[in-house]
Amino acid sequence: MAETRTTCPYCGVGCGVLASPDGTVRGDPDHPANRGRLCSKGTALGETLDQPGRLLHPEVDGKRASWDLALDAVAEGFRKALAEHGPQGTALYVSGQLLTEDYYAANKLAKGFLGTGNIDSNSRLCMASAVAGHRRAFGEDLVPGLYEDLELADLVVLVGSNLAWCHPILHQRLQAARLARPGMRLVVIDPRRTASCEGADLHLPIAPGRDVALFNTLFRHLHAQGFRSDAPGLTEALAKADGETGLDAALLATFLDWFTTTPRTVTLFSQGANQSSAGTDKANAIINCHLLTGRIGEPGAGPFSITGQPNAMGGREVGALANTLAGHLDWSSPAEATALRDYWRAPNLAAGPGLKAIDLFHAVGAGRIGALWVMATNPAVSLPDAARIRDSLRRTPCLVASDCTRESDTMDLARIRLPALGWGEKSGTVTNSERVISRQRAFRPAPDEARPDWWAIAGVAARLGWGDAFAWTSAAAIFREHATLTGLARPAPRAFDLSGLADLTDAEYAAMAPTRWPVARRGQQGGRLTPATRFVPTAYRSPANPTGAAYPLALLTGRLRDQWHTMTRTGPVPRLMAHTPEPTAAVHPEDAPGFPDGNLTRIESPWGSATLRLRHEPGMARGTVFVPMHWTARFAPAARINASVNPAVDPISGQPELKHTPIRLVPALMAWHGFLLARRSLGAGLAGWTALIPAGPDLFRHELAGTEPPAEAFARLRALVEEPDAAWVLLEDPAAGLHRAALLRDGRLFACLFLAPNPAALPPRDWLLSLFPEPAIGSAARRALLGGAPADGPTPSPTICVCHGIAASVICASIARGANTLALVGEATRAGTGCGSCRPEIAALLAKTPVPEPA
Amino acid sequence: MRILVIGAGPAGTRCAVRLAERLPEARVTLAGAEAALPYDRVALSKLLTGDATIESLITHPLPMLRRLGIHYRPATPIAALDRAAGEAVTTRGERLPYDRLVLATGSTAIRLPLPGATLPGTVLYRDMDDVRAMLRAARTGGRAVVIGGGLLGLEAAVGLAARGMRVTVVHAVGWPMERQLDPAAGALLTTRLGTRGIRFAMPASTTAIEGEDRARAVLLADGTRLPAELVVMAVGIRPNIALAREAGLPVARAITVDDAMRTADPAIFAIGECAEHAGRCIGLVAPALEQAEVAARAIAGEAAAWAPRADATALKVSGTAVWSAGDIADAEAECITLRDEAEERYRRLLLRDGRLIGAVLYGDTTDAGFYLDLITTRRSVAGFRSALALGPAFVREAA
Repeated sequence: MAETRTTCPYCGVGCGVLASPDGTVRGDPDHPANRGRLCSKGTALGETLDQPGRLLHPEVDGKRASWDLALDAVAEGFRKALAEHGPQGTALYVSGQLLTEDYYAANKLAKGFLGTGNIDSNSRLCMASAVAGHRRAFGEDLVPGLYEDLELADLVVLVGSNLAWCHPILHQRLQAARLARPGMRLVVIDPRRTASCEGADLHLPIAPGRDVALFNTLFRHLHAQGFRSDAPGLTEALAKADGETGLDAALLATFLDWFTTTPRTVTLFSQGANQSSAGTDKANAIINCHLLTGRIGEPGAGPFSITGQPNAMGGREVGALANTLAGHLDWSSPAEATALRDYWRAPNLAAGPGLKAIDLFHAVGAGRIGALWVMATNPAVSLPDAARIRDSLRRTPCLVASDCTRESDTMDLARIRLPALGWGEKSGTVTNSERVISRQRAFRPAPDEARPDWWAIAGVAARLGWGDAFAWTSAAAIFREHATLTGLARPAPRAFDLSGLADLTDAEYAAMAPTRWPVARRGQQGGRLTPATRFVPTAYRSPANPTGAAYPLALLTGRLRDQWHTMTRTGPVPRLMAHTPEPTAAVHPEDAPGFPDGNLTRIESPWGSATLRLRHEPGMARGTVFVPMHWTARFAPAARINASVNPAVDPISGQPELKHTPIRLVPALMAWHGFLLARRSLGAGLAGWTALIPAGPDLFRHELAGTEPPAEAFARLRALVEEPDAAWVLLEDPAAGLHRAALLRDGRLFACLFLAPNPAALPPRDWLLSLFPEPAIGSAARRALLGGAPADGPTPSPTICVCHGIAASVICASIARGANTLALVGEATRAGTGCGSCRPEIAALLAKTPVPEPA
Repeated sequence: MRILVIGAGPAGTRCAVRLAERLPEARVTLAGAEAALPYDRVALSKLLTGDATIESLITHPLPMLRRLGIHYRPATPIAALDRAAGEAVTTRGERLPYDRLVLATGSTAIRLPLPGATLPGTVLYRDMDDVRAMLRAARTGGRAVVIGGGLLGLEAAVGLAARGMRVTVVHAVGWPMERQLDPAAGALLTTRLGTRGIRFAMPASTTAIEGEDRARAVLLADGTRLPAELVVMAVGIRPNIALAREAGLPVARAITVDDAMRTADPAIFAIGECAEHAGRCIGLVAPALEQAEVAARAIAGEAAAWAPRADATALKVSGTAVWSAGDIADAEAECITLRDEAEERYRRLLLRDGRLIGAVLYGDTTDAGFYLDLITTRRSVAGFRSALALGPAFVREAA
């Protein structure tokens, strides 16, 4: 079958993918980012197509509507908001999931024609601090280096980046380089001992928010060691470079020494740095050190901001953030604003920046925004202080939501729902973290009435009377307009330049190979950048909301290896869910006395609460709790952590402090715990606490807990899964609160329901789940059903290698037989030989499983 | 030494055999009321279903008894004891002297005091004659009513149904075999027997047996009339204690004995269903045989004491294995139930203070020994309670 060359829709690495219409995917061997590799999420992309819950038709006020009617309604909503509140009463909230062309159209509508700066992106949650840091230091938002620098470096420092899970392919490139050059060093700076720490030479378990203090310390140390620079601002920056790291002196000294003595050093930073009330300062504190040592834009050396989303960079390039204009043009340069106004023929061009995400939603909540258009993102779940955000959304007079899925918490609240194209259907460009623009190409037809976002935007603009400015007939036309725009008001020191791509024909655009900017002339490929850089003073500030007696622990949120954002794409895929099926809170055991591992625990902050499965992790820094940000009302309503996260933001970037919220742990008092395995989803509202876990084709695991008497819950839940002619096998011990049931028909398993007074009294689920596909289970298995395990069989163990379905027990057994390296484990079991995303976890098993001495 | 054993049922016969083995010098006489050789009363149901012949039920043929040196006296009912003289008096007036006497008189099936209870066509279910009467009635087919849904009643019902009769069981409780089964297991058994054409009226009580010259119908308290050519009463047993009571031996429900099965008269022992030990009577063959062994040892001068074990009943009803042990009617006990209705498997375990006190197994009794051991040893099951009902293969006790 013909393969289409396209780009992965997940993280900011931006890997090339070869995709077939039937959903088979493989890594594109010719793409410079991944050279044929794909991670666990990318490998499973085919399974995310054809998902249930697609939004296939426009809806207005809950009813199916034609596109004409729906776009009329959007236009009317915005017209009314303009009339009542003026331009500042309208807003767009968009996403790094959009293609550059969609992004461009949205930004043009907002800033050029609605006349408001109120367009912000979920990149605000992700990259805003890096953007602000870049602009302060470089005068422009740019990443000087290339991925290749991670391979050329002699020292790689990861700051607030779990590269192994969040950017697996880049991590694999790094690991491969280290294997080839064992002298190369890796330092991880993270409050958690993450998968990225496996095999690292040094882990600095920094307290959340102390990174500025660490890099200020390094900055002073470097200066003391004799590094000098003529770049402006050094004296003031040195004077302000304060703060205590709180780190072990020996660890700190090692790091300072390595950084000082290694010219080829890359400092790669990500959300752990950005999502902070001092996020911008963190970026600048890092850049200051590189500037002082002259290590910017050099082979194997530089500060490197890695983005979270497939097209956060594209959004930044088109200026779809409240505080940027378009094409790296800037309001602060009046000539640039004028040039843009003329180019767009947009007399109403917004006069200045608009509201950044958190402020924007507060304005929504205060009734100052009459019309809000949300595209390809799920703010009802993803923003901090989420309960308040949800409430604001609910009260928006005209809430428009464009998405490919109907199944999102934000979609539920929208008055007008617009069906967008999804990955594999839409066509345009994305930019990755090393400034490489790649094509996302369609390889499947648009389903039903789903349409490109730019087309919907243009339709609304036309209805508002601006049709001439939005009269594109293709994504290629938008790209040309965008590329042309980057050449406006030159000469200028702006590095961002796509002028060389402004006259691409449709065919050339269709065939465009991955291209790094700047591209000032046709055929040019951008390389490393060495912008004129200034020092920025970064006085240390502690996190905005300190921990204290009432809320003694610091909550950090972040990503899991196999989930994406609010799980609308990855959540329904069983093999991606298998890695971490339940929403968990990780805490150092000594920080949770009286909170047993595996129990449900309530996290309370002054802003909200959430209930999650507690995991004791000795690798957590003392005083911190880590919770994945992914879970939504679709999968675990009580585990939506963002309701508890503080809304503090960085004063410059406006990026929320997702990596530090004071919280406390409170026991979640439940009368019973249990699980229900069934052939269909029974939703996430089954019990007081529910986690819905897709576990296989037509197989769903529901983890449950509740406060009603267990016998009542047992009867209620059994009634939900009754099947005609099916019979129950029942084990009931009401005095002990134990209730177990299996529903069978002709030997085929239909449901399993287990209730117990505490989670430890429940058996593992894997074996039971494995019986569902059986056409008829045997007598021995039937008798063992309610034990949850075969009478004498081994206890099932978790799957580590998702690609090949290899369990931890199998890997440990191979290690015990002498496979003492990743490669040998791979040879023996195939584990880790697929996408490779599980290799850090195998490394962890290698580290803790005793290997027999050779005889 | 002259030893007389009265009663040639399983307990009496076993005791006589053991005495003859232990005391070769003694003269052991075994007197039975029935005109038959000792036979396996428990297997009478097989005779009814046709799975056994009368010959195959005989446990001790005459040559065997002779070889053992036992003087067997069939058809020799005893009318009285003359303790002062050390003699038993037969109904024919013969006097049988003894130095030691073992009473193994068993019990009598209860005939309900109902109008018509003695009409021809109304039989009890206790001995070989009863079975012969039932077989005669079954030969012509027709309808039978069995009063009593205990084990014997169900055996009679199954046997008669197997012989082609249309059988209804009338039972006072809402489920059959309430002493061995709880309601759920009883319901499974009811369904099971239903597939064999046996119908149940329960809970129901009989008020009369109707008929002029012979039984024609059974009248229930709710007015229902069940036509019947044969009425079988299997409503329980009454220990045969008249002999002992009239001889002045202390009796309660049955003849009271000490741990050595000795009555108040040191020369007289009582065993089996006619004996009452520590306030309890037994109704099963296994403990009766144990008592026979104890009495034989005591008479032989050995130290012997009978300790009641947890009552365990292993039965097969219509091909379905049923087992129960311990206290299965304790309303205060905590219950664990396991049921697989499609496979007709059921378990009910009764616990107190973290220990197993009773168990009912239905359909699959392979783990009976495991539960009996837990009941007998009173070991704590707290450490593996969730796996307890699944059986020993699932129990992983912490080392």
